[in-house]
Amino acid sequence: MNAMKQETPERQEIEELLPWHAAGTLSRRDAQRVEEALARDPELARRYALVRDELGETIHLNETLGAPSARALEKLFAKIDAEPARRQAPLNLGSRISEFFASLTPRTLALAGGAAVLAILVQAGFIAGVMLNETKTGGYQTASAPTTAADAGTFALIRFAPQASADDVTRFLESNKLSIASGPTAGGLYKVRVAVTGIPKAELARIVKKLQEDKVVGFIATTD
Amino acid sequence: MQTTSDEVLISRIAGGDRLAMQVLYARHHVRVYRFVLRLVRNEATAEDLISEVFLDIWRQAGKFEGRSAASTWMLSIARFKALSALRRRPEEELDEETAEQIEDHADDPETALAKKDKGSALRQCLAKLSADHREIIDLVYYHEKSVEEVAEIVGIPEATVKTRMFYARKKLSEFLKEQGIDRGWP
Repeated sequence: MNAMKQETPERQEIEELLPWHAAGTLSRRDAQRVEEALARDPELARRYALVRDELGETIHLNETLGAPSARALEKLFAKIDAEPARRQAPLNLGSRISEFFASLTPRTLALAGGAAVLAILVQAGFIAGVMLNETKTGGYQTASAPTTAADAGTFALIRFAPQASADDVTRFLESNKLSIASGPTAGGLYKVRVAVTGIPKAELARIVKKLQEDKVVGFIATTD
Repeated sequence: MQTTSDEVLISRIAGGDRLAMQVLYARHHVRVYRFVLRLVRNEATAEDLISEVFLDIWRQAGKFEGRSAASTWMLSIARFKALSALRRRPEEELDEETAEQIEDHADDPETALAKKDKGSALRQCLAKLSADHREIIDLVYYHEKSVEEVAEIVGIPEATVKTRMFYARKKLSEFLKEQGIDRGWP
């Protein structure tokens, strides 16, 4: 009876949330409210214990229901086969983007993020350089700089080992005087500049073999 | 290990990818089957409905916009299929099955002993709830759906979701009381 006397709209509101709190599907804010109410209201805490019993037994009950036989899958694909042939619709942009990111491992994503930051810094430096140059000469000049052309040099394709950290990769690139020219592709491959000029094939093969021995490298191959 | 998200699988299914369909089926068919079975209370019907539900997923994949979780969308389709099947079935058949289910439990000699076990009694009472109450209890406790998601699946306002859940639990307490278990609530 005491419990009944203490019924308030606030307790009623919190009590209605208890099942979702037990299932862990409340927003952080609501979960916090429920936690605070449970800490100060022993009757509510007792009712929460009942909710937890219900949760456990509902899971138990459902888990004893079994599963459909393989016949259901066979039936499904027989029906799908009977459907009119579907034209392979191109994926929309949103799907393509989510598919691309889904195909990357977290480490590849981290590396790609690092590469993007590097690209932004290089671009910022380049723009600053052009602006300073303009200030010095006081006139308009084209934004070309005497630098290595993007496609000049000798390259290799590298996929870094999944366990390699960003630090490992940086150390590997620096110690072997390599630079990333492009990538990663969807398969996680990077095009790496091995030399700024063309080098004989035998020399390139020797370099690639040496690089392959580094634990950072998961896969390496020569490329044009 | 990284897995392809349900959303990506559904976009592949929209493009006619059968393998993606197999993966999505493998991932969700047991839970969808159990949800349907709890509504229709007949294993053969539930199994038939499963292939219908996933066929609809195959057909409607292109319309899935990803505004809600894929599992929420699938349960909505499953619910619609289950309710349509229930509407097609004669009332007598339903009553018989319901009665059989309850009798099955009551006649079991172990059940009498188990009645003392609160957990077993609770499960028995969960099976006795009305379809609306079973559905909401399962969605919240077993399928881990939020208030918003339940509202979307069942097609009722969020406030109604909360009150329906409250009354389902209250009914559960009443059934338990009839079995001699007083939970001191409500």
